[in-house]
Amino acid sequence: MEIKYILDIIYLVASVTFVIGLKMLSHPDSARKGNLYAAFGMALAIVGTIFLYNHADGYTTREPIKIILILAAIGVGTIAGWLTASKVQMTKMPELVSLFNGMGGACAAIIGLMEYEHNLGKTGALATIIAGLIIGSVSFSGSVIAFLKLNETMKKPIRIPSYNILNTVVMIALILFGAYIVYAQPEHLLLVVLLFVFALVYGVLFVIPIGGADMPVVISLLNSFTGLAAAFGGFLYQNQVMLTGGILVGSAGTILTLAMCKAMNRPLSNVIFGAFGGGAAASSGAEVNGSIKDISISDTAILMNYAKKVVIVPGYGLAVAQAQHVIHELELLLEERGVEVVYAIHPVAGRMPGHMNVLLAESNVSYDKLVEMEDINPQFATTDVVLVVGANDVVNPAAKTDPSSPIFGMPILDVENATNIIVNKRSMNAGYAGIDNLLFYQPKTSMLFGDAKGVLAKLVSELKQM
Amino acid sequence: MFSEILTFLGENIQMIYIIILSVFVGVEVIGKVPAVLHTPLMSGANAIHGVVIVGAIIVMLNTPAENILALALGFVAVVFGTLNVVGGFAVTDRMLEMFKKKK
Repeated sequence: MEIKYILDIIYLVASVTFVIGLKMLSHPDSARKGNLYAAFGMALAIVGTIFLYNHADGYTTREPIKIILILAAIGVGTIAGWLTASKVQMTKMPELVSLFNGMGGACAAIIGLMEYEHNLGKTGALATIIAGLIIGSVSFSGSVIAFLKLNETMKKPIRIPSYNILNTVVMIALILFGAYIVYAQPEHLLLVVLLFVFALVYGVLFVIPIGGADMPVVISLLNSFTGLAAAFGGFLYQNQVMLTGGILVGSAGTILTLAMCKAMNRPLSNVIFGAFGGGAAASSGAEVNGSIKDISISDTAILMNYAKKVVIVPGYGLAVAQAQHVIHELELLLEERGVEVVYAIHPVAGRMPGHMNVLLAESNVSYDKLVEMEDINPQFATTDVVLVVGANDVVNPAAKTDPSSPIFGMPILDVENATNIIVNKRSMNAGYAGIDNLLFYQPKTSMLFGDAKGVLAKLVSELKQM
Repeated sequence: MFSEILTFLGENIQMIYIIILSVFVGVEVIGKVPAVLHTPLMSGANAIHGVVIVGAIIVMLNTPAENILALALGFVAVVFGTLNVVGGFAVTDRMLEMFKKKK
């Protein structure tokens, strides 16, 4: 009996580390420690469960083969997880988070599949199992699609005709199917497996039509889904640590999702039910007039060298080109010559909120050089040169001026108030939202085509000679 | 039906307390997080829901050793859960490592 209490206390400690960890994660100074605390609590809960858990009705047995299998599974997962996490490039982190999230969802779904048979006759427990199974599966397949979209295996949003209606119908059917299983309690597992497959399909349908720029919101949402699925598992086992952990992530994840939506100034329903229609993109493309102006590297260098203030707007293109180090070099060089340089960070620059901060921090750019949107926008009027590197949608004036644009209403960086705007892009391809950018056609704007890393390196060497 | 629901709620009342209080804790704890930390926070939260692995371990412990199919499924679930936990915490740590203060 005392053994059970030891495990209960371990779970209590683990739950507390989760709360404290999350709290510390929301402050820059304590974030890293917070993550480690939570990881410690997690390790404690896992080890405790392996050696101390016992089912109330005595189902639990510890044959060596089972313990070996469990430890082997943990070993495989640890090595694979550790290697992927430590080898991955900074640019690939968002999709990796999505993938790990999917793994958690799959884990919850499998638990549901396995526990179904053991709980026939208990309506409450079955409802919990089926709910966890559905949410876990949706989270799994949805996360995999989000992963594929972010690593650009799946490039264009796929348009299924009237997918809103289709998705709603499928969702309702899925819930009814789940409810039916809880009600009828078929003894054969076939229907449950069918439900599992059906939920996987729904997860795919749910994410596939959502445009790339909205993917961070989707990942955050799926993240809270997996939290919920874990919590259902905790409810089933009367397991407090799963319950607290799951619910914490579920509610914190929901708040985070809403915060991200707020940063993009769009309601969540708008993200899910889609405003990034193909039609709107076509219509805004038609209005483009004016011409594109090229600028050479030496002209850019001169312009920057004699500027008083330069604002750099980094975007995903910078991340892809791995140009964060060379841009820092450029910044230092300009500062040496008395030019004031800051970075303007749009809340959703890159593929995730905070993505740019993480990336620039990697190359030792100091905190106070990263200025958030609300603070930098009034400063553009006194800025001589804005250098946009691989960013597009976050500087698209259509968000303010064109109600038909899919990004209309999203707050943007007001770079057009600056004296000169230099845009570095690889080509004239549209941004992640798939829409044209009128900024590029403005007389104040010059285009500096080429791969960000190569162009910036040349810019640095040009500046050094001046 | 009504009495069944009532019994279910009554039997699980402690769990329901935990759920409701945890919802509020989750909301409060990340009330005002700077945009800089959105990604690491999401990633950290992602690792925490990996606690679902505890459920996978419990399933395996409760499965008779002869049931090979169930053990195999459980094995997969534990691998997935571990990936979520270890990968999640490791990625978060890598992100946060870059926030080190430098003067």
